[in-house]
Amino acid sequence: MRLDVPSDLGMVGDAVELVASHLPPGTLSPRRISFNLRTALAEALGNAIRYGTGEDPARVVRVRVELGRDYVRIYVIDDGHGFDSSRLPDPTSPPNVEREYGRGLFVIRHLVDDVAFNEKGNGICLTLRAG
Amino acid sequence: MRFTLKKDKSGVVIVGVEGQLIVGNRQELKQKVLDALEEGSRKFVIDFSKTGYIDSSGLGVLVSLSKKIREQGGELRLAGLNADLQTLFELTKLDTLFAITRTAEEALAAF
Repeated sequence: MRLDVPSDLGMVGDAVELVASHLPPGTLSPRRISFNLRTALAEALGNAIRYGTGEDPARVVRVRVELGRDYVRIYVIDDGHGFDSSRLPDPTSPPNVEREYGRGLFVIRHLVDDVAFNEKGNGICLTLRAG
Repeated sequence: MRFTLKKDKSGVVIVGVEGQLIVGNRQELKQKVLDALEEGSRKFVIDFSKTGYIDSSGLGVLVSLSKKIREQGGELRLAGLNADLQTLFELTKLDTLFAITRTAEEALAAF
């Protein structure tokens, strides 16, 4: 499945629903689809639209879904400059807990089985395994 | 996705979140609560019993609203989190920032 999502934060919910509703039954449990996959994909799309494409309506974020027998892998790629995921502060440290922003990648890492970035840092790959 | 606001007889504003609270709709929720705050309401319960998922932007807007309500001498309570959402609040340590109850009724009774 491939999807080009307009760089509009208002499209995130619809894009997430489109992907989630087209997954064949059986690979992931309904609970993992309804919570882990939806939340992680909304995070990845929101980050790509806000920071990667700058909410520029002329640009798109590309989503590709790869289905295996026991996994679902979702690639979210923007055409931005990328970022260094190793330099993000811990959002659970005392001074950061009360901040409005900075939890996105932390949340993704706890919801999926594997997170990988491309070399440029403008593409994220989320893997959720069966179970 | 829909937000509903109603006021109980003691003046507490109960906000229902149906569907999801994410980057694409968080401003709508924020504005509705800020409007009620501006109109004089000080006690708020956000009821997540009909909420499927919340992303980090949704969590962030709750942090922001809590601060603004506290600055005005008010209080924001959260209720109705399912097991996955409760875990999300615990992972992010936001359960230490908010008063969280099992149901909206329990939150109302605690004011």
